Amino acid sequence: MAAAREAAVALDVARVRADFPALARRVNGHPLAYLDNAASSQQPAAVIDAVADYARAHHANVHRGVHTLSQEATALFEGAREKARRFVNAASTAEIVFVRGTTEAINLVAQSYGRPRLAAGDEIVVTRLEHHSNIVPWQLLAAQAGASLRVAPIDRRGVVDFEAYLGLLGPRTRIVALAHVSNALGTVLPLADFVAAARERGIATVVDGAQAVPHLAVDVQSLGCDFYAFSAHKMYGPTGIGVLYARESVLAGMPPWQGGGDMILSVSFEGSTWNHLPHRFEAGTPNIGGAVGLGAAIDYLGRIGIERIAAHEDRLLEYATGKLATVDGLTLVGTAPVKSSLVSFTVEGIHPHDLGTVLDSRGVAVRTGHHCAMPVMEFFGVPATTRASFGLYNTSAEVDALVDALGDAIRMLR
Amino acid sequence: MDLAQLYRDVIVDHNRSPRNRGKLPAATHHAEGDNPLCGDRLRLDVELEGDVIRDLRFEGSGCAISTASASLMSEAVKGRTRAEAAEIFGSVHRMLTGELADAGRLGKLAALAGVREFPARVKCASLCWHTLNAALAGGHDPVTTE
Repeated sequence: MAAAREAAVALDVARVRADFPALARRVNGHPLAYLDNAASSQQPAAVIDAVADYARAHHANVHRGVHTLSQEATALFEGAREKARRFVNAASTAEIVFVRGTTEAINLVAQSYGRPRLAAGDEIVVTRLEHHSNIVPWQLLAAQAGASLRVAPIDRRGVVDFEAYLGLLGPRTRIVALAHVSNALGTVLPLADFVAAARERGIATVVDGAQAVPHLAVDVQSLGCDFYAFSAHKMYGPTGIGVLYARESVLAGMPPWQGGGDMILSVSFEGSTWNHLPHRFEAGTPNIGGAVGLGAAIDYLGRIGIERIAAHEDRLLEYATGKLATVDGLTLVGTAPVKSSLVSFTVEGIHPHDLGTVLDSRGVAVRTGHHCAMPVMEFFGVPATTRASFGLYNTSAEVDALVDALGDAIRMLR
Repeated sequence: MDLAQLYRDVIVDHNRSPRNRGKLPAATHHAEGDNPLCGDRLRLDVELEGDVIRDLRFEGSGCAISTASASLMSEAVKGRTRAEAAEIFGSVHRMLTGELADAGRLGKLAALAGVREFPARVKCASLCWHTLNAALAGGHDPVTTE
């Protein structure tokens, strides 16, 4: 009910835009149309100020000093952990491990959870949609363990074949690793079904949530996954900080990943004892300012309301899909019925890299290339696509700027 | 930022209608080039007679800058000795990095002079030249701009 009421009041995009200093920029003589949010989103002043305020007034190392600043820094850092816990509805802050980002989170799971458990002949299942960061860590693990990687196929819309996925879940499957939302195509996976099928078979589930958290409400308890990873910089926070959610009972059975300060209770040359969860997995001085910024980003999203953001972005996606259909020779890549707010496309006769340059000359920032998802590009038989990805501050006027610039590129280059 | 300087008429023309595109059955040397940033791939066949580049062909997929550069290169080095080709590459490289005062003497290749204002695109223009170097050196590992 609360969610429905929240979405009923439309997002005031002009007000939201005023929160983001970077959006006031002009680029190459044009107002910036920042449509590269799936790569990294801009930060609101609330995030920038929170990080700066921490650096100006409260910086010290955490979990160590008895002095005031250290206590303030620790309170801010652990406060951000509690915000992250609430953000994904984890049961306890012991389940929230701060990491550099989604990539580090997945590597942590592969090496600390996977490596001690996997044996020769075991299998890891991923989907064809995965970002390289949810492929390569598993390839490394597979090579170390003598295990193999199995890939659930997608159809021409970019939808993962659920029946084929079920067929891959066998007696030797130990880990399933899934993108909640595809970064290259925008496909939203019906994650709860995929996770439930794995759990019924006793298979651990790892979710790459980097593209999901800025767009939809995530509840790890209702999803039922063992691991869920995301990065702050794709949800209006700073770079270099992210979260690995890990079910406490699973995390408790994992050995430390990296050794160092803060992850131990005691150290002697005869041996060391490990700190409590989640600190056991946070060796070294963490990115305290980053965590503060992540906390501020979570607060910001909470104030706007994720349901309202999703409604706004859905409207933008619908508008963009309709407008792009009018562009001569444009083919959408990724047409899943349930999509996040991005459009990936090719334009006949014009290479994406040239499109990117022409669009930039008009102030329109998009991503061109393989989007770190080369198997997806290979499936669609294209070397690269152009991707416009929308966030809470984008407008239909920016979609128009994109479409106009595409027309310029066609006139100039085709 | 002047796009007309990047996409000059010569570039657009060579992108639309690349010269010397295809395979060369009589090739004595070949190499593959790769620009991972944008997914450009280039395959170059070269027929060397003594020290002279008798013929060459290229194929692959790439952006307008990369395709036009390969096409222009193929015209510029055909019939030249290896040493002459290397000298032309040296001048092109200096032009792309803004160190060549007078690009005019490069002939049609001077159409690539605008690339120097777009640092992200210098790799696109130089991929074919690195690939030619690799082919003439007889290497078999794909060259990459990364």
